[in-house]
Amino acid sequence: MATDNTSNQKELRDQEWRRELKKSVSAKDRTNIVRVKMPEVDPQERIKSNVEVNSGITAEMAVVEAKRCLDCPDPECIKGCPVGVDIPGFIKCIEAGEFLKAAAAIKKNNVFPSVCGRVCPQEIQCEARCIYTTKLKKEPVAIGYLERFAADYENHSGHISVPEITQRNHVKVAVIGSGPAGLAAAGDLVKYGYDVTVFEALHEFGGVLKYGIPEFRLPNQIIDLEINNLKRMGVTFVKNIIAGRTLTFDDLRQDGFRAFFVGSGAGLPNFMNIPGENFNGVLSSNEYLTRVNLMGAAKKDHDTPVFFGKRVAVIGGGNTAMDSVRTAKRLGAEKAMIIYRRSFTEMPARKEEIRHAQEEGIEFLNLHNPLEYYADEKGHVNRIKLQRMELSDPDASGRRKPVAIPGSEFIIEADLVIVAIGVSPNPLIPQSMPDLHVSKYGTIEVDSEKMESNVSGMFAGGDIVRGGATVILAMGDGRRAAKGIHEYLSRQ
Amino acid sequence: MSRILLKEYLSPNVVQIEIEAPLIARKRKAGHFVIVKIGTEGERIPLTIAKADIDKGSITLIVQKVGVTSHKLASLNVGDEVTDVVGPLGNPTHIEKVGTVLCAGGGVGIAPLLPIVEALHDAGNKVISILAARNKDLLILENEIRSHSDEVIIMTDDGSYGTKGLVTVGMEEVFKNQKIDFCVTIGPAIMMKFTSLVSKKYNVPTMASLNAIMVDGTGMCGACRVSVGGKIKFVCVDGPEFNAFDVDFDELLMRLGGYKNEEEQHYREQLSK
Ligand SMILES: Cc1cc2nc3c(=O)[nH]c(=O)nc-3n(C[C@H](O)[C@H](O)[C@H](O)COP(=O)(O)OP(=O)(O)OC[C@H]3O[C@@H](n4cnc5c(N)ncnc54)[C@H](O)[C@@H]3O)c2cc1C
Ligand code: FES
Repeated sequence: MATDNTSNQKELRDQEWRRELKKSVSAKDRTNIVRVKMPEVDPQERIKSNVEVNSGITAEMAVVEAKRCLDCPDPECIKGCPVGVDIPGFIKCIEAGEFLKAAAAIKKNNVFPSVCGRVCPQEIQCEARCIYTTKLKKEPVAIGYLERFAADYENHSGHISVPEITQRNHVKVAVIGSGPAGLAAAGDLVKYGYDVTVFEALHEFGGVLKYGIPEFRLPNQIIDLEINNLKRMGVTFVKNIIAGRTLTFDDLRQDGFRAFFVGSGAGLPNFMNIPGENFNGVLSSNEYLTRVNLMGAAKKDHDTPVFFGKRVAVIGGGNTAMDSVRTAKRLGAEKAMIIYRRSFTEMPARKEEIRHAQEEGIEFLNLHNPLEYYADEKGHVNRIKLQRMELSDPDASGRRKPVAIPGSEFIIEADLVIVAIGVSPNPLIPQSMPDLHVSKYGTIEVDSEKMESNVSGMFAGGDIVRGGATVILAMGDGRRAAKGIHEYLSRQ
Repeated sequence: MSRILLKEYLSPNVVQIEIEAPLIARKRKAGHFVIVKIGTEGERIPLTIAKADIDKGSITLIVQKVGVTSHKLASLNVGDEVTDVVGPLGNPTHIEKVGTVLCAGGGVGIAPLLPIVEALHDAGNKVISILAARNKDLLILENEIRSHSDEVIIMTDDGSYGTKGLVTVGMEEVFKNQKIDFCVTIGPAIMMKFTSLVSKKYNVPTMASLNAIMVDGTGMCGACRVSVGGKIKFVCVDGPEFNAFDVDFDELLMRLGGYKNEEEQHYREQLSK
């Protein structure tokens, strides 16, 4: 179902309207245009609420930005996209003012552009391969902003294209988990004509998109809209079901399910196993973000409690760490800091998130590592012992390892510590299926093309296969697995 | 949504609720729990499945009114719906014929003890149960425990029923007079701390079922973590039962009090509404 956009590029570019459009502005004029700036809510204003930080570009801005794209003969950007979106194709639709067509062009390969336009790390994917970056040494075409623009335009237009499913084959397929991997798989499976049911363990759908990534970066309403579209296409959603527990795979087979896609995500948060880590006020980023995002803990009328730390330390340098520290700032932290053992260069979080955090007054204690936590008489954390680090010379693989500087320990005060150093795969499904092959890290082993596991009819993708990865990779897996399932069931 | 089929007060503060949950009823084993959430603003709390009826498609939960959610649950009536119920969660109790087993339950801990007593008895063990409560009115499930035990000892703090004294006193008596092969203890963390000290003194292997604070109950958040044998364990996926001698009960006690201020404030606000 996914279109291969690398082989048919010439054909697409040779269309009459594309050639006309290209001629209408000279390449020189195109390259002279300055990259659009994303309108953002003022940092002092935005830290007072959950308002989305990036407000989105206007139609006028989008058309101008689209003009920057040179419609290259051999577009590298597509190769940088994990799902191979026809990037020049959709951007040229925007330049031509055909915004709904632009959205449709993206959706051929990416089912949730409004999500990916917001959370994909474009700076290391498509935009890193843009000719502006590689040859012209200028800022790349703002592919992510344009993707988001087209998707939001469609969502607000009242003309959301929901593919009509004409042929239903009444073959039941189960999708386990409603994160991006599961949702993408469900979307394709229902288009192939299957009778698709998504089973979710939690009381809400969306996986990390709901419980992890905060409103100020990805409003819940966007995810709900995508889920509603899937419902309109005929996907059934069932919450509060733990596959392997409430319903075993044998139960599901008996209920007539002929194939399974497991997109159960990376569950268990890692801890560092240092002294004091179990004191109250030391929690995983998963716990903190789940309390705030899924359980509404910061809202007055909600029952779930959360600590409103005044001096908050977040351990780690990934997106999860940035999301946690920025959430703490919004919940009233006077001092909100990142403690990371490497430097800005190695930080895995998106560049935009780091910049936004800096604008919001987040402090960065880079090249620091926690050694121990201390607590008050009630067992609530109040201080952290830190150690300074330095980076070693690059090793054979070019990596610079953080090494402790002896004698550099010192103490800082903190009343809330959030540990964001990664997750391990959730063991619930492998536990309930002793035959399933899992790696020594606990990830489900699949063949990388069809995403099929060693258990007949069982496919998997997303974080449960890759460990912690990205939304777009999870979606790509879900779609490949849907194709794999279709081939598998067609053979039967 | 799970409809409430029956509701009954077992003591002034403890209510027994039978709810519709056919899938969970089919799968539950002794030791399993569910996560329950009431209303869209509700929190997720773990509750042990005390009984299940496969034919009726129901499970029974026993709740002590302590915080906002247990009060909300207790205020629901037959015919009302519990918004979210998910499970069965946790590992089932390892049931085996070992000989004579001592089961010590305190307060509302007698509820999770019941299915274990039942299963141990069915497996052919001689079961001696010690039930402890502050006074006669607070003692729950005596008859149910009796029907699956070979011997039952009742202990009350004030002597209003059974023998006066703490559960540990009853245990010492038993240990002194007969050979016990295995011990199970469930109750408030402070009680389990002391009961496991007694069984340790008599060298009887002991299992405790822990009642940690939880959010998701599926291993995703780590709120339920405890130290067992010096290692971090998640009660929801690694437990809820652990070798009592390895559990750091002081840490568990400290963590259980973690949100006390926040909870009390919210509770007062809810009451004043
Ligand atoms: C805070 C945070 C910020 C992030 N930021 C970004 C970002 O900016 N950009 C980016 O690309 N990536 C980001 N990521 C990573 C990205 O969110 C994940 O890679 C992606 O969500 C993985 O998708 P998934 O579908 O595999 O799993 P998940 O999104 O984890 O969804 C899995 C779902 O399965 C459910 N489930 C688990 N077990 C069962 C079961 N037995 N039965 C039924 N249901 C089950 C879970 O409850 C969950 O809802 C971030 C992650 C976090 C935590
Ligand atoms: S309750 Fe969240 S991990 Fe156990």
